[in-house]
Amino acid sequence: MRNIWAITLRELKAYFVSPIAYVVSALFLVAMGYLFALILINSREASLRYLFNNMIFVLLIVAPALTMRLLAEEQRMGTIELLLTSPVHDWQVVLGKFLGSFILFVVMLLAPTLYYVLILQVFGPPDYGPILTGYLGFVLLGAAYLAVGVFGSSVTQNQIIAFFVSLVILLLMWIADAAMGVFGTSALSDALAYIALPRHFSDLFRGVLDTTDIVYALSIVAIFLFLATQVLQTRRWR
Amino acid sequence: MPEETTNGTPMIEVQDLAKWYGTTEALRQVSFSVQKGEILGFLGPNGAGKTTTMRILTGYMPPSSGTARVAGYDVFYDSIEVRKRIGYLPETVPLYPEMTVWDYLDFCARLRGVTEPDAAIERVMEMTGIGERADWLIGKLSKGYRQRVGIAQALVHNPEVLILDEPTIGLDPKQIIEIRNLIKSLAGDHTIILSTHILPEVSQTCSRVLIINDGTIVAEDTPERLSARVRGAEHIHLQVAHPAPEIPAELEKVQGVLGVRVKTNGVYEIETNLGTDRRAEIAAMVVQRGWGLLELRPLSLSLEEVFLKLTTTEEMPQ
Repeated sequence: MRNIWAITLRELKAYFVSPIAYVVSALFLVAMGYLFALILINSREASLRYLFNNMIFVLLIVAPALTMRLLAEEQRMGTIELLLTSPVHDWQVVLGKFLGSFILFVVMLLAPTLYYVLILQVFGPPDYGPILTGYLGFVLLGAAYLAVGVFGSSVTQNQIIAFFVSLVILLLMWIADAAMGVFGTSALSDALAYIALPRHFSDLFRGVLDTTDIVYALSIVAIFLFLATQVLQTRRWR
Repeated sequence: MPEETTNGTPMIEVQDLAKWYGTTEALRQVSFSVQKGEILGFLGPNGAGKTTTMRILTGYMPPSSGTARVAGYDVFYDSIEVRKRIGYLPETVPLYPEMTVWDYLDFCARLRGVTEPDAAIERVMEMTGIGERADWLIGKLSKGYRQRVGIAQALVHNPEVLILDEPTIGLDPKQIIEIRNLIKSLAGDHTIILSTHILPEVSQTCSRVLIINDGTIVAEDTPERLSARVRGAEHIHLQVAHPAPEIPAELEKVQGVLGVRVKTNGVYEIETNLGTDRRAEIAAMVVQRGWGLLELRPLSLSLEEVFLKLTTTEEMPQ
């Protein structure tokens, strides 16, 4: 456990000595602030569900930018040799890296949006139920995206390639249900519907707490972190 | 079962190790062992299989076949136990340029579960002489300092086994001497394997040398015995005050002398049978005949010549 934390902490420090944490979170907050104001003025509704639904798309680009460095840079610099010959399991390396990006995400991207809730409170007290489940959805969505990003970063030593691999995977998951019609009412179209990202999170953003959605997000995290670990392990065999 | 490495059982035991990269065989049936407290030198040209062997021992990559044990633990099945006991300096020193020296060593210490990181860092910074650079960014350090930070990193968890891949590469002569002395001072408590393609390095630091070429062990011995073995015959250097044309013929009459070469006026190189020492007889003859003995000493080939001989003879069949 302590060595996972050592990796997480190093990752967090690395974010703040490079401009990436500042640039990415600033751009994210600009986009979110713009959307928040626009939606509020147009809908005059004291809720965050429309904003959160838009965020599914914004994070599609932001999350891979946060994770692209994680494993790709270690492989390019050769520092991966330090990690892989230290007494830590490969999954601990992957988990440590993931937690680093996740903590950054919660502190730098999610936490600053809490002031939207304050603004809503001033102008018209919102219904706090959907806002709470909405933030749960925010956390889960971020975790799922970042896990995909960690996987993207494991397959290459090039950060740009890592970014695009993650982006494409997320895009495909985002629009997976678009292909449903082709398959009619079959198990495959059910599967595609299950894979599609927005379906699961719009429930949470609306205030519906469904365990399948939580299980969905957690299984995306588990699957992609598992895959990243496997990729790291196959590196040893080359 | 493990941990019983103090009495007799070797600290590192390698059996028939082989490694394939696709269809190229990087290591073929390599076997050797290292006793506790020994410094073993891996000598060989680039691409000989030194780094591959080290990477297998440190658990970075598994062997294709064969076994390797460190402190009684198998490098494949008990990889984590092995890694806890090994400090490793890879050929490309694994440094994060954006970290300070202190933060980096702190990270390495915590990664390996060191209970009191601060004391451990102070200790290795003192040993490697990087104390005054503690707050520097690694990216701003010179090559020599980076190498030392790399060695400090390998020592921070006080491992039983140290594996150093080209530890003195890129250092200036003064730093090289410092690092070699550091390595020598670590022997005893630590078991060390170091690789190099620089010959004086092994003769100065190692208690035993293993010459690898083309994935196989070509020779294994102490630096001294290795050069004796290659010599095949003993050579003696003789200098006299009054050279005379009959000297070579006379010297050849001494039993065991195979031949005498005149090098310059008054200087002779005498070749004798391997394992015989004819210096007493030669000295007696020189004094008796009144040639005026100035110098008489055995000649030994430098390891450089050994190495050249070994690798070139190995490469000849191609």
